[in-house]
Amino acid sequence: MSRVDGYGTRIDRSRTLRFTFDGREYTGHAGDTLASALLANGVHRVSTSVDLGRPRGIVAAWSEDPSGLVQVEEPFPEPMLPATTIELTDGLVARGLPGRGRLAEVPDTARYDRKHTHCDVLVVGAGPAGLLAARTAARRGERVVLVDDRPAAGGSLLGTERICGRAALEFVADTLVELHANPDVVHLQRTTAFGHYDDGFVLALERRTDHLGADAPRNVSRQRVHRIRAARVVVATGAHERPIVVEDNDRPGIMLAGAARDLLHRHGVLAGREIVVFTSDDAAYDAAADLAKAGARVTLLDARDGVPAAGARRCAEQGVTVRTGAVVTGTRGTEHVTHAVVGGEELPCDLLLLSGGWNPVAHLVSHIRGTLAYDPALGAFRPGEPADDTAGDGVTAVGAANGTLDLAGCLAEGAGERAQPVERTPTKVLWRTDGDPTRQFVDLQRDATVADIARAVGAGMRSVEHVKRYTTIGTAHDQGKTSGVIASGITAELLGVPIESLGTTTFRPPYTPVAFAALAGRERGRLFDPARTTVLHPWHEDAGAVFEDVGQWKRPRYYPRPRETGGIEDMDAAVLRECAAVRGGVGILDGSTLGKIDVQGPDAGAFLDMIYTNVMSGLKPGKVRYGVMCGLDGMVIDDGTVLRIDPERFCVYTTTGGAAPILDHMEEWLQTEWPHLRVHLTSVTEQWATFPVVGPRSRDVIGAFAPDVDVSVEAFPFMSWLDTHVDGIPVRLARISFSGELAWEVSVDGWHARAVWERLVALGGQYGITPYGTETMHVLRAEKGYPIIGQDTDGTVTPQDLGMAWAVSRKKPDFLGKRSFSRSSNLDPLRKQLVGLLPLDPDLKLPEGAQVVELTDALPPPPVPMLGHVTSSYRSAALGRTFALALVKGGHARIGERLTVPVGGALVPVEVTGSVLVDPEGTRRDG
Amino acid sequence: MAESLFRTGPLDGWAGRFAELPDSVTIMAEPFHAMVDVRLAPDGTGRPAPGLPGSVAAAVGTTPPEPGTWTDGEQAAAIWLGPDEWLVTSPFTPPAELEAAVRGPGGAAVDVSAQRTTIRLRGAHARDVLETGCAIDLHPRSFPAGAAAVTTLGQAGVVLLALDGAGTDYRILVRSSFAGYLAEWLIDAATEFRT
Amino acid sequence: MQLIDCPWCGPREEVEFHYGGEAGVAYPADPAALSDEEWARFVFHRANPKGPLAERWSHSAGCRRWFTAVRDTATHRFRR
Repeated sequence: MSRVDGYGTRIDRSRTLRFTFDGREYTGHAGDTLASALLANGVHRVSTSVDLGRPRGIVAAWSEDPSGLVQVEEPFPEPMLPATTIELTDGLVARGLPGRGRLAEVPDTARYDRKHTHCDVLVVGAGPAGLLAARTAARRGERVVLVDDRPAAGGSLLGTERICGRAALEFVADTLVELHANPDVVHLQRTTAFGHYDDGFVLALERRTDHLGADAPRNVSRQRVHRIRAARVVVATGAHERPIVVEDNDRPGIMLAGAARDLLHRHGVLAGREIVVFTSDDAAYDAAADLAKAGARVTLLDARDGVPAAGARRCAEQGVTVRTGAVVTGTRGTEHVTHAVVGGEELPCDLLLLSGGWNPVAHLVSHIRGTLAYDPALGAFRPGEPADDTAGDGVTAVGAANGTLDLAGCLAEGAGERAQPVERTPTKVLWRTDGDPTRQFVDLQRDATVADIARAVGAGMRSVEHVKRYTTIGTAHDQGKTSGVIASGITAELLGVPIESLGTTTFRPPYTPVAFAALAGRERGRLFDPARTTVLHPWHEDAGAVFEDVGQWKRPRYYPRPRETGGIEDMDAAVLRECAAVRGGVGILDGSTLGKIDVQGPDAGAFLDMIYTNVMSGLKPGKVRYGVMCGLDGMVIDDGTVLRIDPERFCVYTTTGGAAPILDHMEEWLQTEWPHLRVHLTSVTEQWATFPVVGPRSRDVIGAFAPDVDVSVEAFPFMSWLDTHVDGIPVRLARISFSGELAWEVSVDGWHARAVWERLVALGGQYGITPYGTETMHVLRAEKGYPIIGQDTDGTVTPQDLGMAWAVSRKKPDFLGKRSFSRSSNLDPLRKQLVGLLPLDPDLKLPEGAQVVELTDALPPPPVPMLGHVTSSYRSAALGRTFALALVKGGHARIGERLTVPVGGALVPVEVTGSVLVDPEGTRRDG
Repeated sequence: MAESLFRTGPLDGWAGRFAELPDSVTIMAEPFHAMVDVRLAPDGTGRPAPGLPGSVAAAVGTTPPEPGTWTDGEQAAAIWLGPDEWLVTSPFTPPAELEAAVRGPGGAAVDVSAQRTTIRLRGAHARDVLETGCAIDLHPRSFPAGAAAVTTLGQAGVVLLALDGAGTDYRILVRSSFAGYLAEWLIDAATEFRT
Repeated sequence: MQLIDCPWCGPREEVEFHYGGEAGVAYPADPAALSDEEWARFVFHRANPKGPLAERWSHSAGCRRWFTAVRDTATHRFRR
């Protein structure tokens, strides 16, 4: 055991937790990480490396660890987590991971969510600088959010320091009490600010329940993404210690000096008894002295010739041997480090600590294109002055994140003051020592070495971004937190240029890996995408409807019924039955999803004349007109019927999918081009429920439904409408047909939709009224050659291509798209045009999307000239056969010709027909 | 003939699930109110009109709401939707009457009583629930009693009204076809506060 | 997630807005008088400068009003 008494501010020795690692059972304490618990049990080797299979252990104290990745198996499988960041819970099962992880094969039933938070100041990091920044802002009366990624506040504080004459951790506790008492302060631990975006937007991942183990409440989200909008962001994220690259620097038992010190003070773990510290920086002296005081034999090798007086004194007091001008050039050992090679000497050790200085954690500055400047005194990049107003607005780095490494300086900067300069022995910038570059590891996770950088430079790479991608250094889970600057430094050395001119790679979000589950949040399952439903949805469900997604709408596709022979109808059978019922009797459809727009104002007619290709201003109140809308390019964007309510009011019907975009289209023209028009547009899509009642018996049903209305063909002609009342409820009836049959559309406000629908179904019972779905609607309209915009068109089809030149006004001086109709490409006789196709085999249904080619017995070698494609294809009850609609080059001139549709391996001969296949004379329209 | 054609709302049938919610997050589907979308005549400059037409002010019985606010009168309430657009709602006046009453010369008035459904969200955690899916600042200092916003909640467009200054009482107007989605979303968001 | 300042509703997240391309491209007074090339230029061609560009935006998820804003296409920053 490596646990020592008298240390361990974070652990509770009275609580023992059991855990399993690589199949062996161990114990640890509450407050341990998996890494500290393993090291307490003497387990240094955590995994083997991804490419070379070399043993690897724990290197750093927290998320910057490039090495000790594990796969968690229990309580829930999760791959590629650094052992240093896993809080130990009872029953944890994990195993070491050679680079690649394994996703869970069982569904993740945990909750994930997000929360929006707004504040004046976001402080990232609850170390001394961050706490001061949060306290200062809170005392000013500002709304503050303070986030920190560790389990507890305090940052780099170990408990040995003094702040304002008091023990540091007491200061932390008191500051938190003050912050928590303020209702305008939000303080979140275990929360990693992982991305910083425009306008003070920061995403932070809170790990809410993992540390609770089996006690985690199921109704609380496991992880939460905080979407924080801050007027100012204070980056108090500290610094990462930088190793020095030496030959065979990857063995278990080799770690950063600060990590060993951290383990001792936080977790009471003395990771070695025979310790060699190799440094070029002052901070390692404190680590050496603390570890010696805890009982280890420590030798400190400083690459510099001068030593810091205070650090040397502390080391002398604790019996640390200090050697200056000494350099480690290699290590010995197999499963664990046994010696440090110093010149010709091999110093025995069970722990080798490396310390080459500190890299400010400036990721959140870099994410928003804040500049980083090289500081030769640090041997690292720190936030520079903002280059212009495009970056760094309202962002301040304080404390170690700003390169200020002393505690007094951190506190001063946190409080918004300037740090006083302190006496330091300058860090000696030493990226690596002499040795075999193929065994000098720069990125342990990627098994990438100095030799790989040399290869990149030899291949001509001159940019650190290129070297990064060539070597993969900095592309692993840790994103090069400890290796990135070293890679830049070694690249600069190899190129013979100063690192200042080379720069370092840009940090990009996320700072640490984020699970997709957390990003998805609650937008999964039923909440993945809104399901829009009409008020009749429960009725359709009770009627056994099979639903179809039409945009976000759930629409009944068909209503299967039990078969006489047992079982239930398939779609083909149900649709044939529904079609026959409509053309032979009467059917009813829930058409409430159609878009509806109220167009109101003295210039409403003039406005619609510009929007539609035909004339709407001449429509008389009480009448209905079908219209087509085009974009400026003359291509059809939507179609539908228009009801004139009164001289200054119309009700425009759009397609279901067109409801929102067509309203937007109309608003755009009205507001930006024609603001002088006195017209207002209001969506009434859900105000009105609309039910087509269709078929030769529809007159009987409507007559019974609205007994006050004369439904004779003379009194209520095709394409007219009227308002009436049924039981005192306002109802609108319109003679509109999308099937060629006698039909009425019944419209009523949404509150009364269900009652009216049920009334119609009840009254129609004696006529065998049949509810039908979108599939039957499609067959009925296709039999009449009515196109569906978006199915039979694709944004490259004009009204003329659809055979609807009749719907294009020649009288109007202008309307949207008119000028494009005379462009040469729109006059090309070989444009694709809508036609009908009848397979010679009347039982063969062509697949929609199938290509159409010239009639042939054998396809020519590719590329085969394509004539067009099938846009709609159905089995027709009325025709007793299959049929299709297709867009075919010069199709209108090909009517009567035969063509071929390749289907799978077969060549299907088809005959081109006009697009109207049922009742081309229109005899059924008036019943 | 008596009115045998009864009203059905898009959230009929949800009362049972709403009843299971904790006191700190309560949801209720509000009953039918007449709602009319009112537009003012454009003045050609795109500038906001100075206020509601007199007819609307009379119908609401109070001063018209400024941008981002709503006002509650004795007979009707008015919600700011845009620089020349308000939604006037009334539990008392029938839709056709309300539509006729508020239409000003050159403007427009449209009965939209069924276009949206109103959900009342109340409780100590009402604001917490909204903040899981609404990007605007709902702190009572930014969104006090009387505030109104047309924005997005979850993936649904909503009109959000603050009824108190404590973040514990809201009205959410949502397109009727999205009502089921939003109810499901709100119930799910309240999961954390179940005891 | 950038904020865009709606003249009526104030700053809102960019997903509440709909982009309308370059502003100030007026519909021709008499389209019939234009050559095919002139008409095609109006329909299909827009400026694409690096730097400030006057654009049309609509607060489509809010007050539904169109407005013009100047945005730097290189930095995405709106001129305030």
